[in-house]
Order: sequence, then structure tokens, then C-alpha cells
Amino acid sequence: MTAPSEPPQASSTDGKPGIIEQAKDWIDYRMPIFTFMEHELNEYPTPKNLNYWWNFGSLAGIVLVILIVTGIVLAMNYTPHVDHAFDSVERIMRDVNYGWLIRYVHMNGASMFFLVVYIHIFRGLYFGSFKPPRELLWWLGIVILLLMMMTAFMGYVLPWGQMSFWGATVITNLFSAIPWIGDAIVTWLWGGFAVDNPTLQRFYSLHYLLPFVIVGVIFLHLWALHVHGSNNPLGIDRESAKDSIPFHPYYTIKDLFGLGVFLIFFMGIVFFAPNALGEPENYLPANPLQTPAEIVPEWYLLPYYAILRSVPDIAIPFTGIVLMKAKLAGVIAMFGSILILFALPWLDFSPVRSARFRPITKQLFWVFVVVCIVLGKVGANPPNLAVFSGIEGFKYIHLGQIATTYYFAYFLVLMPLLAKFEPTRPLPQSISEPVLRDRDESGE
Amino acid sequence: MSQTTEGPTPQDPAGDDSQTRRDFLTLATVTVGVAGAGLAVWPLVDSMNPAADTLALSSIELDIKPIQPGQRVTVKWRGKPVFIDRRTPERIKKARADDGAKMPDPQADKDRVKKAEWLVLIGICPHLGCVPLGQKSGQPRGEFGGWYCPCHGSHYDFSGRIRKGPSPKNLQVPEYKFLNETTLLIG
Ligand code: HEM
Ligand code: FES
Repeated sequence: MTAPSEPPQASSTDGKPGIIEQAKDWIDYRMPIFTFMEHELNEYPTPKNLNYWWNFGSLAGIVLVILIVTGIVLAMNYTPHVDHAFDSVERIMRDVNYGWLIRYVHMNGASMFFLVVYIHIFRGLYFGSFKPPRELLWWLGIVILLLMMMTAFMGYVLPWGQMSFWGATVITNLFSAIPWIGDAIVTWLWGGFAVDNPTLQRFYSLHYLLPFVIVGVIFLHLWALHVHGSNNPLGIDRESAKDSIPFHPYYTIKDLFGLGVFLIFFMGIVFFAPNALGEPENYLPANPLQTPAEIVPEWYLLPYYAILRSVPDIAIPFTGIVLMKAKLAGVIAMFGSILILFALPWLDFSPVRSARFRPITKQLFWVFVVVCIVLGKVGANPPNLAVFSGIEGFKYIHLGQIATTYYFAYFLVLMPLLAKFEPTRPLPQSISEPVLRDRDESGE
Repeated sequence: MSQTTEGPTPQDPAGDDSQTRRDFLTLATVTVGVAGAGLAVWPLVDSMNPAADTLALSSIELDIKPIQPGQRVTVKWRGKPVFIDRRTPERIKKARADDGAKMPDPQADKDRVKKAEWLVLIGICPHLGCVPLGQKSGQPRGEFGGWYCPCHGSHYDFSGRIRKGPSPKNLQVPEYKFLNETTLLIG
């Protein structure tokens, strides 16, 4: 892409601007879209030291496009009615040309979307990308995460299998924990007295809508990003032009390479293990009269499910007076586990962004990552099952309670303490400095 | 609104007074606008509540003659399972003996039935909405002999009251009446 505002370039042999250049100029004069694109996608100055953890934002964007495209095609063959939904999905799998491929890409695409966004969020945690001046950017990211969860949850209901139905039942019932108005809210969500056809139809409508809302919020997310630019692995601000390189070609090519690697992984799952991440129970049609032996959400929601189930009745010790029932407390903890991310810029107020210069933060961060994975494991298992087959007394519910405690303590206790007391390592003068110093040392 | 105080001008002969008038007009416009928007949104919100036909489907008649003492039957009502339990005398006795026991949602057995022999319950666990087990013989019925919800381990007694586990409430009793000796109307 060339800048339309520059003097016409010799794109045709006689030195006059070519027809395409002229057309671009004509448009740009009236609506400077090409100038905008040039500015934000081509010359956009980017820190020169970004590593591969910075690939996941653009990957997330591409997966979203893949989800939207496959979703629109699926919608052409899907029937949102309790009597036909399951069969219409089976028809897509068996009779529609390449229907199986489109559905498997959409289904596993949702998993990939969460995988990529979770890595993207952990990146932000580790390198302190949520700190000033990127708080709004971080908030918009969390809004995207919440929208993603709603979209994925409602999408999972559409095939109207056993897990669709019972997952929807359990999750919508969470709202009945709200005091006084809870039951009215649940009836309103259902449009009836149980999860039923009105529920399916509204979920379909919203499942179609929300991804486009996500697109809108991503636009804001990127707008906020482009005001101060990307953070970087050192977590320090750019000092001079020497610290930046233009986005194109340097990061377009790097993003493209990452995309290639990612697509090999993604398509590997689609072609060789398309149901590995799913629940076989969902290939049985929904039956409102019979609950499956175990209700488990998709893997990307398991940690929250574990937190929900870990919280007991909140009581005053030794009195037996229950202040809050386990159900309400669990629901609050579950939503709180995500909402707490909004407060991060204030919980971790250390001016040093990158964990590279924070030895203790770095280790506790990795403990946190492990705890999130453990929570996933807990969410996938019945609470009363023993974790290790030898030790009967230690059940998944206990593991879940330990992990949940760390999850919240990490944010509410460890972060503020570390921000105040942790001795940090000296920061480099500039992004270029460590590079130049290394070169001096190696005698170049 | 943000206009600073100026003296009277030809267009604005009342001076400061006009400011209050303008403020009033702005306020009135905003108020009417917000109220109007609220009123316009309500039909959209309410359209998501159960529709008339959904409400109309909400009662069923049931012939209970074939149900034997000790037998439990499940029927579908408003998209949910309803448990009908024709209790044996000793189950009734056990249920009533427990009236004084410590439980999360205390209720006397006689307040949960119209005829002691017939226990009618909504077969949905008030915890998070699973269908408790125990309708079929051979299914686990929990520590109190009534029903057991496998999802998170709620135990219900012979009166369908929660006795152990995370559910905060007893199995709910739907609205019903006996039209005659052998016909039950649910809803
Ligand atoms: C659909 C989901 C998302 C998409 C498509 C997306 C896209 C992007 C892109 C393209 C970037 C720039 C490249 C990069 O730094 O990796 C970015 C940056 C960022 N995103 Fe996201 N994002 C998504 C979700 C989230 C979520 C859920 C969060 C956090 C809760 C988040 C937090 C951030 C932050 C803090 C940055 C700035 C990172 C930095 O410069 O270090 N994003 N996002
Ligand atoms: S739904 Fe029955 S115990 Fe949770």
C-alpha cells in the first residue's frame, strides 16, 4: 500500500499515476481510508523487541473471522427449533457438502479462540500490559472475554444435544441465586418454565448477534492500543525512534508466520481429532426428563465451573449461622473471578511492568498459570472423587478449594504486597540499550 | 447549558433568567426522552417473558388410577418433569416423624401434600436444575430414601425435603388439585 498523499508515483510507464492510484486518490480525498490504513497498518511504529507472545492478538482476530465466516454458512442449514435442531446439525454433518468440515472448523474454532485469547491475557499479565496507560485497553479486552463466553455458551446450546440442554439449564439456573428477583429473571431468560423452544430461539438470535458486537469492541480495543502502542517484553516506554520499527513488513511477516504454525495445529485437530475437545454426550438428543450422569461445560469454562462448585456455605465460625448459601456465594465467586481482572491495574500498582524484572512476581505468575490449569481439571471431575486413587480423604472439592483460594489470594493479597515490597531488578535505559550492549560485549 | 452569565442581549432579553429557563427545558427534554425510551424498551423486554401460548399450555390432567402404592411416575408439565409418588403408609410415617428434624428448609409433611398418600413434586433440583434420581426402582435414592440429585449430591427425604447437600430448598410442590378420586389436574 502506498501513501495517497505522497506525490503520484511512477506506477505506469509514462510517469502519470495509474488508474488504480487515481481511484485511490479520488476516494482518499473524500474519505481518507487509505491514509488511515497506511497509518495504522503499514507505518504504524511498533516496539522492535516484540516476541512471539505478541502474535496472539492478531491470531485471535483471525480466528474470530474464521468463526464468523463458518457460522454464517452453518446458519444457512441450521434450524432453530427443538424438534429439528439436532437433526439439522446431523444433516449438516452427513448430507451438506463439506458440512462436516465447516462444522468441525466452527466447533474447534471456538476452542482455538479461547486458547489464543487465554494466552493473550496471560501475556498481558506477565508483561504488565494492563498498567498505565493501557487500563482502558485491558478493560475492553475483558469485555471481549465476557462477550466471548456468552457467545460460546449460547452457541453450544444450538445443536440441542444432552449437554446443550443440561448445560443451559444449569447455567441459567445460576441466576436464580439472586435474592428475591432471581426466579423472575430465570423465567425471563427462558421465555417459559424450563429451557425450551423459546430459549433456543433467543439463544440463536443472540449467538448470531454477539460476534459482531465483539468485532465492534475489538475495534475500540485496537483504537486504544494504537494511542500508546504496544507494550513490549521489557515493559519500558519507547524513548526514541530507534526503539521502533514500522509494523509492515516486520510484524506482518511475523504474524503471518505465526498464523501458519497456528493453522497447522488448528487443522491438525480439525482433521485428526475433531471431537477430542468435545463431550460425546452431546451427540444424544436433548432429553428434559433425564439428566446425564455428569454435566460438564466445555474445557474453556471448566475453571470457572470449579470455582462455582468449590465455595461452601459462608457461616460465622462455631455458631452455625449461615450468612450466605453456598449457591449464591459460588455464583458470586465465579463471576468475581473474571470481574476482578478489571481491578488489576490498581491491585498491582508497581511501576515496573514486565515480570522479567520482578523475580518473585515471575514465579508466582507461573504458579498462577498452574492453578488455572488445576482448576480446569477440578471442573472436569466430580467433587467427591478422590484426586489420587490411594488417598481417599483428599477429594477434588478440596483441591478446588485450595486452588480457588490461591486464585483470589494471588490478585487480592500477593499482588498488592509485591507491588509494595518486592525488590525489582534495574530496568534498561531504553529498548535498544540491552541490544547495543550485547553487541559491544561480543566485540562487534 | 454551559453558557456563562452574560448581560441581557437582544436575543436574550431576560438575562440570567433565561438560563434557568433553558436549564428547565433541557431537563424536561431529557426527562421525557429517558421516560419515553424506557417505555419503548419495556415491550421489547417483556416480549422475552413467557408468551400467551406458553402460558396456556400450562396445565395437564392425569389419570392416577393405574399408579400402585409405592410406585412413582414422571410426567412432563411446562417442559419439566413432575414426580408423582403414591406413598406407602410407612413412608408417610417416616416423612412425618422427621418433621422436627434439623433441615435447611423446614416444612411439615402435611403442608406439602393434599392427600397424604399422594406426593406431587416438580422433579427439578432447586440447586441448579438437574432431575434428581429415584423415580425408577434401582436408582439411588440418597441417604434419606427419597431422591438423590447426582449433579452436586443433594439428598431428599420421603417428603421431598432437602436434608443434605448444596440445594437451598425442598423439591417444589406444583399447583395441583384432585378433580375426582382418580384424576389429578396439575397447573
Ligand atoms: C477477540 C479477542 C481479542 C482480540 C481479537 C484481540 C486483539 C488484539 C490485538 C490484535 C492486539 C495487538 C497485538 C498484540 O499485542 O498481541 C491486542 C493487544 C492487547 N490486548 Fe487484545 N484481543 C482480544 C482479547 C483480549 C482480552 C480478552 C484481553 C484481556 C483481558 C486483551 C488485552 C490486551 C492488551 C492488554 C493488549 C495490549 C498488549 C500489549 O501491547 O502488550 N485482549 N489485542
Ligand atoms: S443440581 Fe442438584 S445438587 Fe446441584
